[in-house]
Amino acid sequence: MDEPDVAGAETHDEWQHRVAEALAFLRRRLTGDYEVDEFGFDAELTEQVFLPMLRPLYRWWWRVEVIGMEHVPSTGGALVVSNHAGTLAAMDALMVQLAVHDQHPARRYLRGLGADLVFQTPVLGELARKVGNTLACNPDAERLLRRGELVGVWPEGFKGIGKPFSERYKLQRFGRGGFVGAALRTGTPIIPCSVIGSEEIYPNLANASTLARALGLPYFPVTPTFPWLGPLGLVPLPSKWLIEFGEPIETAGLAEDPMLIFDLTDRVRETIQQTLYRLLQRRRSVFF
Amino acid sequence: MGVPMPPKVVLITGVGRRLAGRLAGRLAADPDIDRVIGVDAVPPSRELAPVLGRAEFVRVDIRSPLIAKVIAAAEVDTVVHLSITSAPGPSRSRASAKEINVIGTMQLLAACQNAPSVRRLVVKSSTAVYGASPSDPAMFTEETEPRSPLRAGYGKDAVDIEGYLRGFGRRRPEVCLTVLRFANLIGPHVASPLTRYLSRRVVPTVFGYDPRVQLLHEDDGLDVLQLAATTDRPGTFNVGADGVLMLSQVIRRSGRIMLPVPSRGMGAMTLLTRLGPGFAFSAQNIRYLHFGRVVDNARLKSRFGYLPTYTTAQAFDDFVRSATLPPVLDPALLARAEQLARGVLARAGCGPAGGADG
Repeated sequence: MDEPDVAGAETHDEWQHRVAEALAFLRRRLTGDYEVDEFGFDAELTEQVFLPMLRPLYRWWWRVEVIGMEHVPSTGGALVVSNHAGTLAAMDALMVQLAVHDQHPARRYLRGLGADLVFQTPVLGELARKVGNTLACNPDAERLLRRGELVGVWPEGFKGIGKPFSERYKLQRFGRGGFVGAALRTGTPIIPCSVIGSEEIYPNLANASTLARALGLPYFPVTPTFPWLGPLGLVPLPSKWLIEFGEPIETAGLAEDPMLIFDLTDRVRETIQQTLYRLLQRRRSVFF
Repeated sequence: MGVPMPPKVVLITGVGRRLAGRLAGRLAADPDIDRVIGVDAVPPSRELAPVLGRAEFVRVDIRSPLIAKVIAAAEVDTVVHLSITSAPGPSRSRASAKEINVIGTMQLLAACQNAPSVRRLVVKSSTAVYGASPSDPAMFTEETEPRSPLRAGYGKDAVDIEGYLRGFGRRRPEVCLTVLRFANLIGPHVASPLTRYLSRRVVPTVFGYDPRVQLLHEDDGLDVLQLAATTDRPGTFNVGADGVLMLSQVIRRSGRIMLPVPSRGMGAMTLLTRLGPGFAFSAQNIRYLHFGRVVDNARLKSRFGYLPTYTTAQAFDDFVRSATLPPVLDPALLARAEQLARGVLARAGCGPAGGADG
């Protein structure tokens, strides 16, 4: 007779504790009693609201599997370089951020670098800063790396997200290698990161370029469901995701020179491309 | 850090305003300084007059050549230029603000150049020189070139003025020139467009944007000005507190209500500009409300040698404590509501385990 009672009291206590925590959280938010860093990163909001919202997608919808997390250091600056896809939303960036936070023993935050178009856009720009992203430019990248943060870059940019479905998993040009320069100047390692699954969430069948120009967007995707089904078209397909972090490429002690930057950029790009092919062979089908 | 070389005769412009008036009072209290001369086109207010102490007030508009006579006659060795302002007063227009800022500075520089006694010049500029845009780095250093050049407004005035200062520096290289780019000042007695904006019960913000706000406590600003006026610390320095607050956080900390207004079209502009007297929301201010601005104060700490005593949050809280408007949403009240809700839930939460952790 005793046991169920004790269990009941415990769950009750736990429940009460959670309500108390939620109330305290609400009060802190309403009175502005929380901290953000110079970049506008709001750790509390990220931890309490944003990441919990993404977890169901991560766990149940895309069933993300992570390989090679041991290559991500527990302390100090490092630059994670990843492929980019997703057509309607850069979900791959969010999933890599969640993977690093939830599956790394140090529960690190990945501070992403985004295009200025992101920070120009209402709501999106505000959110992007609050969850730890900042503008992709050398001063910000170097400042974060020098502070010992884990920084994420997606050098393909809009060329990566906006490419047609037929070109899935073919890496686009890696910008001008600006990210390699930032790593060299701060002597931080580069960690290649390959994501599969993100290409199939919104298959980009065509680009309505006239419409894109009229709206001032880099591209306007047409998928089997978007824009035909309206908001319903925004529901992503439940593809199977794999994320692999590769071996770090050390840059400490290397002097910055243009040839070296080209070489390193190529090396990182090649590593990610080969890993993508390998992961695709490993995945049994798009959905499992 | 700098060479301790106390000035003999200091001239301060803009003493009709609080910051300059308080600096005049502080320097006047220093027995090593023979004379402190404060100039302005308008006399200090009755509350400010006693703060000046033994500092002398001379009513002269710096836009008139008379300023040269004052400098020459008193053999001024240190000039502290504090009359560059974003808010020339509720009744004045933007055109007259520009006139006072730019023409006033040109006239003052001309006077300084011809006065051999002048050997130190301190100018309060503004972080507004960096503008605000989505394509700028998160933190501006003194070397950062803004991505979108300023076309008009207070920030443009400050950019122009710094250009003239560089010219002055070339012509009189032996003068110690200190340019201080101040972040938005805040404190118990600061009255500025920003404090007026933040004192509203309902604060309009731009929908979908939450700018980062960096402040500078008035007392830190005064310390920096005093150091620059009494010792040689040449160069250009960002002067801002450590840490940032989001605008939404600022509004919540003072218990105000936030009213997001869409930025598209003129709707927001007219709405914003028609909010009460002395409330000029220029295009530049609206950009600031979109993207915010944070400066790196590393050089202030290392080369200038000053550590701000207040963080942005502490400086703002000091302002809130002394603000005359009571909060609409009182933090103490919210804390009590939280206690109450916990109590109710504990009691409602059935039976003996209920009040366990009170």
